[in-house]
Amino acid sequence: MKKRALGIYAALALVFLHLPLAVLVVFSFNQGRFTVWEGLSLHWYSAALSDPQLAEGLLNSVIIAIVASVLATVIGTMAAYGMWKRSARVLEGGMLLSLVTPEIVTGVSLLALFQWAFRFLHLHLGMYTVIIAHVAFSIAYVMIVVSARLRGLDRSLEEAAMDLGAGPWRAFFRVTLPGILPAVIAAALLALVVSFDDYVITSLVAGVDSETLPMVIYAMARRGVSPIVNAVSALILVLFGALIVLAERLREQ
Amino acid sequence: MKLRSWFLLPARVWMALFFAAPLAIIGAYSFLTRGDYGGVEYPWTIESYARLADPLYLAILWRSLWIAGLSTAICVAMGFPLALFISRAGKRKNLYLQLVLLPFWTSFLVRTYAWLFILRDTGLINTILSALHIIKSPLPLLYNDGAVLLGLVYSFLPFFVLPMYATLERLDPALAEAAADLGAPPWRTLWRVVIPVSKPGIIAGAVLVFIPCLGAYLTPDLLGGGKSVMLGNLVQNQFTTARDWPFGSAASLVLMLASAILLVLLTTRRETKGLL
Repeated sequence: MKKRALGIYAALALVFLHLPLAVLVVFSFNQGRFTVWEGLSLHWYSAALSDPQLAEGLLNSVIIAIVASVLATVIGTMAAYGMWKRSARVLEGGMLLSLVTPEIVTGVSLLALFQWAFRFLHLHLGMYTVIIAHVAFSIAYVMIVVSARLRGLDRSLEEAAMDLGAGPWRAFFRVTLPGILPAVIAAALLALVVSFDDYVITSLVAGVDSETLPMVIYAMARRGVSPIVNAVSALILVLFGALIVLAERLREQ
Repeated sequence: MKLRSWFLLPARVWMALFFAAPLAIIGAYSFLTRGDYGGVEYPWTIESYARLADPLYLAILWRSLWIAGLSTAICVAMGFPLALFISRAGKRKNLYLQLVLLPFWTSFLVRTYAWLFILRDTGLINTILSALHIIKSPLPLLYNDGAVLLGLVYSFLPFFVLPMYATLERLDPALAEAAADLGAPPWRTLWRVVIPVSKPGIIAGAVLVFIPCLGAYLTPDLLGGGKSVMLGNLVQNQFTTARDWPFGSAASLVLMLASAILLVLLTTRRETKGLL
């Protein structure tokens, strides 16, 4: 009896977590503009795909996410490897701190840094400032995922390679890196998702010519509700879902 | 330089330039004077911090603590039984865990927008209720504290469930069995045995929920409208419309400090050390 009650509760809790997203997706296929079902239609998807603002935001987001996640993955993986050799307390603490720093604080502090630097450099906010910011908050995610994998790795493998005459670089590239590669790719996918999704920090450090997709969606959502946002949201859900499932598979390998 | 130092160098440089230095800059700004056209000017002053003690801003601080605290309490109350269920689900553990985590990994913005879509005047709930002739005019479900609470709980529930599950999973089942053998009814076993021994997990999960709730910006902005202002919104406002960078910096540092202290407590206290 007791066990059944707990099961029913858990089912309700899972419904609570999934229903809002399901509703969103269902109504993205609605013919009408309002929250009344008027029949199946792909109208809002074609409207979303032909919206020039959304297209520009998407392009910017894709460029930013790819560049930022590649950079963050390289830097974060290197850091994880360095820490695996011997712990680096300050860096590790700093990374953990960056994870719990409220996004809005990270955002305004980066804005303050850029504005300060612009007094000496003749530059202004643009796509590159967004990329810098995204790399800064993604490094910690990458480091954590890769570190977890390294912890399960046998240290004697690298030693064996070095005993057989491989230099430390060669030992890393030929022995350790292949061993952690699934985790590195998983970390890259996670970094891609976090970068693609960020609104708060991005909106503070983006220039006029570098509006990202979340910024366009946010502006649309605040202006009032358009089913176009539902359609875009549904597409993002599918994309993110696929990337995350893929990342999880790789991490478990 | 040794190999290890080369590997750590890029992360050290990037984190120093784009995490530590920005914080140092707003640290300095918080003691400066507001410039006439935004920006900062001399002289050094502690006026921005003194202004935080103004009743208007104390109210925002108090409100942020209250909303974050209540959201955390709701997450604990909702998340504990869910984690308990998953930890006892046998072979299906992983499936349920994935089900909890999947919405968490999908876009934060989309998840918040989903509630906007459901709660607004012409949203799903109001449409259904008026179609059933239960209400004549739409209920004001959006742009209030309740909507913000709902959004925060929805967004951060998985932050609690995950460490809670990890703790319950590691619990020795013999403990609960022993209590049952000695004649304790299930609720008593739960209350006197399971909850006390899983306290570190509860604390860790609660802190992990409380920190992002306290610094929330997007949720109160989208679901609270202009009415439900929290510290994060205050910071954003000072750096954009109000153009008072010193005051915004001071508020940022207070927020940052609160999060950092909680993190340090969580990672250094013996009970919760290994849980992150």
